[in-house]
Amino acid sequence: MKMSVNIAGVELKNPVVTGSGTFGFGEEYGEFYDLSELGGIGIKGLTLKKRDGNPPPRIAETPLGILNSVGLQNPGVDYYLEHDLPKLRQHDVKIIANIAGNTVEEYCEMAEKVSAGCDLIELNISCPNVKEGGVAFGTSCNMVEHITREVKKHAAVPLVVKLSPNVTDIAEIARAAEAAGADALSLINTLLGMRIDIKTRRPVLHNNVGGMSGPAVKPVAVRMVWQVANAVKVPVIGMGGIQTAEDAIEFLLAGATAVSVGTANFRDPYAALKVVRGIEAYMRENGIEDVAELTGGVRPY
Amino acid sequence: MAPQSVICKVIHNREIARGIFDMSFACPGMAELARPGQFVHIACGEGNLLRRPISIADILPGALRVIYEVKGEGTRYLSQLKEGDPVDVLGPLGRGFDLSRASGNAILIGGGIGVFPLLPVAKLLGKRAYVALGFRSASAAVLTEEFSAVSAGVHIATDDGSMGYHGFVTDMAEMLSGVNPTILYACGPKPMLKNVKLLAEKFGVPAEISMEERMGCGIGACLVCACKTRKNGEEGFSHVCKDGPVFDASEVIFE
Repeated sequence: MKMSVNIAGVELKNPVVTGSGTFGFGEEYGEFYDLSELGGIGIKGLTLKKRDGNPPPRIAETPLGILNSVGLQNPGVDYYLEHDLPKLRQHDVKIIANIAGNTVEEYCEMAEKVSAGCDLIELNISCPNVKEGGVAFGTSCNMVEHITREVKKHAAVPLVVKLSPNVTDIAEIARAAEAAGADALSLINTLLGMRIDIKTRRPVLHNNVGGMSGPAVKPVAVRMVWQVANAVKVPVIGMGGIQTAEDAIEFLLAGATAVSVGTANFRDPYAALKVVRGIEAYMRENGIEDVAELTGGVRPY
Repeated sequence: MAPQSVICKVIHNREIARGIFDMSFACPGMAELARPGQFVHIACGEGNLLRRPISIADILPGALRVIYEVKGEGTRYLSQLKEGDPVDVLGPLGRGFDLSRASGNAILIGGGIGVFPLLPVAKLLGKRAYVALGFRSASAAVLTEEFSAVSAGVHIATDDGSMGYHGFVTDMAEMLSGVNPTILYACGPKPMLKNVKLLAEKFGVPAEISMEERMGCGIGACLVCACKTRKNGEEGFSHVCKDGPVFDASEVIFE
């Protein structure tokens, strides 16, 4: 039974990775299980300089989902490379470095720096929680094309462009990224949402709005993965509300080559590992030899 | 030691005051690891995605006890659990109180539902623990006898004067200066903790305070439970779940 998948020349031992921002730099979850069991680890979004992030509250619960507004708190790329990366490198697992910047130049500089210490770069042009940069780069075809083309020149490892769902036509954005040289695409980032406390008339999040994730967004994510996978040739990493292997298999059938487990880690620290085991069990039960057979296997009407 | 994620069995779960529930659950490994001031992260049914962080109110042989207020859907789910029911617990988590810093007497200051994590502190310090508890009113006063039984003495303050001292628990605690405290341990609402920080400065002793914030993963990965601190001269956001919930009061910045 073959569990490994190939993303732009990088072989993941299985199709399950973790969602950036939900898994820190891996260390905390490494106390629960061997991180080498995963296909890859999407690390917390990095910026050129240390960022403090937004004031609390940064999280709100919604029906079968959450809103977050962390605002890319991180120690800065240099600190990460020196202190956190060496620990993570002790595990036999592919590392996906998520990078964000305020300007195109910053993204390029980031790409150069992290190329030395990761297997894939995930271009974060879809973070809804920062005032500058972030999602502003990810919502127009022209901007996506421009930033992808520029960063690609500075990336020594394959470039995965992470798409925002907060757009009118995600397939169009996906085609722009592919045309500019993206080696793979990942989607969806969080959906912009809001909650209001009716007693205080204040938003629950200090940032007023935040990114929504969790099982509630899954049908939207599956639909977008399906649309994008049909629009491009590059591999797609699908994510959005995956809690179980059944959820993950939906994304694979919709056209994803790999899947990412995010918010589910908060509920169950073993969530990503259970998805790996569950996919294996499904393949055994259904006589599937190669997990790649599932990719795009949906039979649409 | 690494925290554990375990399906435990409820030993008992009963209402001890209006909307306040006292629950114990069997968890031999977790109980052995737990320290005063740490918390457990409890899953509250399929409908509530996030776990609820609840401080440990007692460390028993092979079991932990938590006391919580029903505030929303999650805690309502917990309140309906019966003896023998499974409960999904992640813990013990966070940095607890450092009792080795109490070189002599200590004053424990608790406000409202913040009194619960101080019970295991009182039990370990015994006759060195002078306890000051603040409540809204006499009807909200809980656990006072348990504190009395294990400590050097309990002093009660209420907002409405219906029991004990009429006023702030920190003002009452200030009158305990005669016990020569070597440290203050506190948990309660933010305005109270801010006063505890000032009181510690007045006494010239350190204070350890337990903070609360809306939480996600509970283990330090998602970074949502931010608390503004100053460490080594540098201002930034620490995280209640991993850097806390107990902080040295001198590090916490109150806005």
